[in-house]
Amino acid sequence: MSLKPFSSIGIGVAFSPNLKANLFEAARLAVFFQSKLVLIHVGNPSEIKTKKLTSFLKTFETDNLYYEIVFKTGEPVDVILSVSKDKKIDLLVLGAAKRERFVTYYMGSIARKITRKAKCSILLLIKPSIERIPCEHIVVNGIKDPKTEHTITTAFYVAKHLMSEKITIVEEIREEYVAVKVDDDKSLRRANIAKERIKLRENQRIKEIVSHLPEDYTKNKIIKLQPIFGKQGYSIGHYAQISRADLLVMNAPSKMTFWDRLFPHDIEHILTELPTDVLILQ
Amino acid sequence: MSPKKNNIADFFKTLPKNIFSGFVVSLIALPLGLGLAMASDAPPIAGIIAAIVGGVVVSILGGSHVTIVGPGNGLVGVLLVAITTLGIESAYAAIICSGILIILLGFFRMGKLANFFPSSAIQGMLAAIGLIILGKQFHIMLAHKIKREDTLDYLFEIPFTINDAIHYENKGFIFAALAGVISLAIMLFYSKIRNKYLQLVPAPMWIVILSIAFSYYFEIVLHEENPIDKAYMISGIPSIQQIIADMHLPNFTKVGSFSFWGSVLAITLIASIESLLSIKAVDKLDSRKRRSNVNRDLKALGLATIGSGFLGGLNVVTVIARSSVNVNNGASNRSSNFFHAMFLVFFIVLFSTQLTRIPLPALMAILVFTGYKLASPDVIKNIGRIGKEQLIIFFVTLLVTLKIGLITGIISGVLITLIIHVIINKTASLFIRNVLKPNVLMYQEAGQEDFYVSVKHFCSFLNFYKLKDKLDAIPEDHDVIVDFSLCSFVDHTVMENIHDYQELFKKRGGHFDVIGLDMHDTDSEHPFALRRLLPVPKIIQNNLTRRQTSMESLAENYQLTYIPDKIKDVELLYDFHFFNTKTINHIYNRLTHGNGTISLFDIEFSEGEFIAKEVVRSTMLHIELDKEIPEFTLDREGFLEKVYAFAGFKDIPIQNHSDFSDRFYLLGDNDAAITEFFNSDITQFFESNPYYHVESNGKALLVFGKERLASVKEVKALFDFGKRLQQVIS
Repeated sequence: MSLKPFSSIGIGVAFSPNLKANLFEAARLAVFFQSKLVLIHVGNPSEIKTKKLTSFLKTFETDNLYYEIVFKTGEPVDVILSVSKDKKIDLLVLGAAKRERFVTYYMGSIARKITRKAKCSILLLIKPSIERIPCEHIVVNGIKDPKTEHTITTAFYVAKHLMSEKITIVEEIREEYVAVKVDDDKSLRRANIAKERIKLRENQRIKEIVSHLPEDYTKNKIIKLQPIFGKQGYSIGHYAQISRADLLVMNAPSKMTFWDRLFPHDIEHILTELPTDVLILQ
Repeated sequence: MSPKKNNIADFFKTLPKNIFSGFVVSLIALPLGLGLAMASDAPPIAGIIAAIVGGVVVSILGGSHVTIVGPGNGLVGVLLVAITTLGIESAYAAIICSGILIILLGFFRMGKLANFFPSSAIQGMLAAIGLIILGKQFHIMLAHKIKREDTLDYLFEIPFTINDAIHYENKGFIFAALAGVISLAIMLFYSKIRNKYLQLVPAPMWIVILSIAFSYYFEIVLHEENPIDKAYMISGIPSIQQIIADMHLPNFTKVGSFSFWGSVLAITLIASIESLLSIKAVDKLDSRKRRSNVNRDLKALGLATIGSGFLGGLNVVTVIARSSVNVNNGASNRSSNFFHAMFLVFFIVLFSTQLTRIPLPALMAILVFTGYKLASPDVIKNIGRIGKEQLIIFFVTLLVTLKIGLITGIISGVLITLIIHVIINKTASLFIRNVLKPNVLMYQEAGQEDFYVSVKHFCSFLNFYKLKDKLDAIPEDHDVIVDFSLCSFVDHTVMENIHDYQELFKKRGGHFDVIGLDMHDTDSEHPFALRRLLPVPKIIQNNLTRRQTSMESLAENYQLTYIPDKIKDVELLYDFHFFNTKTINHIYNRLTHGNGTISLFDIEFSEGEFIAKEVVRSTMLHIELDKEIPEFTLDREGFLEKVYAFAGFKDIPIQNHSDFSDRFYLLGDNDAAITEFFNSDITQFFESNPYYHVESNGKALLVFGKERLASVKEVKALFDFGKRLQQVIS
């Protein structure tokens, strides 16, 4: 069990209006997790740029923030990916774009490509802000997957360092697992019994995982288990949205083939409409 | 508790009731079956065959409980087209093919099909069918057979036919037209007269009985020929031997043609939609609150249709009017459907010659009334109330259906609805991007029984089935919260269905709350339909009627609280047996006694559906009790109750009070508790006071006199009776 999952945090820097907010968010995280911050800029190095970045990060000097600025030219996606590989970045912070007129956030094409290809964990921010907005409620997925245990552990690690009060573990259960189709009262009753049984089993599985966690992580935290019957990847986003979660923690997808792109599922659903800040763990 | 054993015992216990109600339904099914078949240009017996085959097959294999199947009125339009273009033999082949398709729909679990169509478009299509029936049969009703190419021409010629009818010279025609007009009058005014004895026989059967009696009167008493023209009598009711002898194989030679499959598709579409809508409506009336297995019913209907097609009958569909009559007569399981078929066989075997004494115009009057009900101004008024957009959808579907055809009509209805939705929302991308997303989330919070359902993006007829799937997985006695706050658009079809769910949950002891629509209301960009759910702003009613002012002064004199407004939330009444098979519209003119335990109100409720629908207004008294008493129903004993006793409604005798037992008719499940409850004080109270219908649901009493509004004097008497009854009981 790695107790320090994020030793270096990377952020792509473009001189856009959101720069300061994005930088502040990433810097705060680096301080919370006591990790190194790597600023990646796609373009030629220049004095003015460096100066601007240093001036922004001055506020964090008191917190002993250690950072490094990397300049590299090329395709934005390739540059960011290669730098994060070279610098052994564990967590890449990306800002999401807001869709006009709608209150839904989605990934810009660059961020989306990076998310798909990156080998490190990724944090997607929907509303980066200069002032800190406390992260009170974390929703984490609890689907039956080898990665889940690591994801839940990391989520508790994050919760501890961000001082979140509440963690909800959502077990998404495929509707197909309920073998009974509802037709009339009898089948409805059978279906509901089957569902109860599955819920119990799932809760048992998650409780097992939670019991393995260091007590230090689970202390003083409200832990809630929420089984949901529905489409994987989509339901959890929907749930995070209505339960007003501040952070959604998910497994990274295991495989990504052409078909997954065509028929979006799991993580792809989350990317098309970000419900909240999303942390995808590798 | 072993449910299996109980089922068998229960089946035999309720058998007499089911036979009785099957009998009453067969009385209405006989004339309707003949009429519907003739309206579709098929031999009259085809309708009866459909009802018999359907009744037998679906009652054995079906998945619903109290529905009645038979030839459907919605199908008249399509069958008419099929028979005129393909010929009757090929039409039977088309019916068989549609039966196969319906079975497939059942196997592919397409019971949700009916929800893929916007409800205003379905209304428009049904109204068009109504006009097709009305337009064609109106002329025959007035003894003026005409043949036109276009369905609209039939409608335009109605004034000319009326004019012709007034100037008939031929005595045969005059009598035929008179039979039609009188029959129509019977259909129109039947529901207005609330007499137990008259209502025992359904209106269509009265028409049959009267016309047969009329013909016998001329033959036996006057020794004359029936004055109605021969051309306007039912012809060709074959005897049972002939039916068997005439059985011919359907003609499958046109299977390759385009028009054949067009007909098959149209028949399948209408048959399945009509059945599904009817099943849904009947489920709401079921006194035992069961849920129908729609897909299994579709399979049974398909199989019955195939059988019926081979035997020379029409499509078998679930029909709403007959089913509601079935429910109202105390049916509790599928056996009533079976007995309705058996009684039809009985009628055909014994009375096939008598049936030829029925004049055609009389039969067609029944259909004209059916057509009118489908396309009545009330339908349009109700749709208009929901929104002008709905009227556009309605009329586009209606006109295209009349002008071109059913399939084109319903497709145009769907398209115009889509266009209107896009215009209202000023965006098409909302729909295109989100239509395939699984936008419904349902979960139960840990340790809680309630279900929470949240809907995202938009919810319209396009993706309602997703919401429906989730809602159907919730037992109706649970609590549900449906949250639309993440939804930027909810259409009328969804609102209407949600409303149905709300009623269903309320009737079965659950709660169905809708939240998150308040924001939509204030936003002018959002549609009409959303507003529909919110209580309609009360139009200031300071003009009380005379009855209301006298009730108001009565309230003042006796220190009662008086509220004239309509109250839609009538949950406290759903527990009473009396309302099990009835739909309460609202209560109004409510008078409440000081401490609130006794309240008197006017109530409007309806029983039956479609052509068998009767709206009743009555005055009732509701008494809350502070202790538990057994559930019972008490009414005066009359001739009819003695008849009912044969049908299995058992009167509970109270010992040592034979006078009470003779005069009152007491019903209930728990014999022992009821006998104990009716002690000397209570029986004496009832014996020495005027008759009222008194019903207990265990916690409260419902008291009413006649099934009409009470006068102010009667209100006083009723109130007084209630007060004293409360004292005697507590």
